[in-house]
Amino acid sequence: MNVYLDLFLTFAKVGVMTFGGGYAMLPILQREVVENKHWAKDEELMDYYAIGQCTPGVIAVNTATFIGKKFKGIPGGIIATLGVVFPSLVIITLIAAVLTNFADLPVVQNAFAGIRVCVCVFIFNAVMKLWKSAVVDIPTGVLFAIVFLGSVFLDLSPVVYVLFAGIMGIVLTVMGVRKK
Amino acid sequence: MIFLKLFWEFFKTGMFSVGGGMATVPFLQDIAEKTGWFNSAQLADMIAVAESTPGPLGVNTATYVGYTVGLPVGGVGTGILGAVIATLGLITPSIIIIIVIAYFLEKFRTNRYVDAAFYGLRPASVGLIGAAGINIVLLSFFRVSSLSQLAAGFHFDYRHILLAALVLVLTRYVKPTKKLHPIYFILMSAVIGIVFGFAQ
Repeated sequence: MNVYLDLFLTFAKVGVMTFGGGYAMLPILQREVVENKHWAKDEELMDYYAIGQCTPGVIAVNTATFIGKKFKGIPGGIIATLGVVFPSLVIITLIAAVLTNFADLPVVQNAFAGIRVCVCVFIFNAVMKLWKSAVVDIPTGVLFAIVFLGSVFLDLSPVVYVLFAGIMGIVLTVMGVRKK
Repeated sequence: MIFLKLFWEFFKTGMFSVGGGMATVPFLQDIAEKTGWFNSAQLADMIAVAESTPGPLGVNTATYVGYTVGLPVGGVGTGILGAVIATLGLITPSIIIIIVIAYFLEKFRTNRYVDAAFYGLRPASVGLIGAAGINIVLLSFFRVSSLSQLAAGFHFDYRHILLAALVLVLTRYVKPTKKLHPIYFILMSAVIGIVFGFAQ
């Protein structure tokens, strides 16, 4: 099989099997990319995944780009990434097309009123999980509070907070406020 | 040109959201407020669908938003175009950033300024997601879309709190259900919503 087609299909498979996002993806990547295809070693995969987590963007996409780039250069990176998003495009578009036709039915409205409550709890859980590795001392606690209160009460783009926090992270570390 | 703007908005989302799928939610909320393409209720529904279907959460939500934005332009065809454009917008910064980083991998990993920036970025990401969560809480429990609207009157239903408590306990404290896939809790909430008429 053509290597690029193989790359696309393998990552499309990873995309289909990843339910819920980046964190669920690692064991599937291990099986498909390391054990079946030998495109990367376990340690490399862990490195890519770690960097995928701490660079902007969706973790699954970042990791796919990394592996594709390593295996077949820039075209490889692009094709692996297109592969990983392809199933989402098909599946979500189908669901969206169906749901928009039924959105006004009372049964659908009632179902989503229940589901929204559930989504609130999911977001709360995500915040609690990320909190542990993010808010590690007083300065990070203050940064959290500034960004949280700022974005609840002010009307600024999230981009502003991200740039501010990145700069503050460097300033605090250089000033020696951060504990080692 | 709505599709160009769609690409640009999702490019920004891919460029600045740090920390996984949920980190895109504050950006999507910002897009909703600025453009009026969709509202908070639709966003919450899209997150639920994205969580219960295969594929990365951030990509699924982008596809869904893109379809929703493209649909009114000219039907299903432009809906699909919107889905593709939003998704490409989201992944383009990733492709560029990762390919650049791949060239000096070791230096990037151990760079003290990169590490220092992330020391600040991580708590900010939690703060942004938390604030986006507050908006969805207002919508789900009080049926208003912002804090300022609370003063003008709201609709409160204690049964929503009971459901939230149930999901919270099942997802955090009950061992056999804690590890279950989100789709089970979404289905359970949908059934409860239908049986007890949550939208009434």
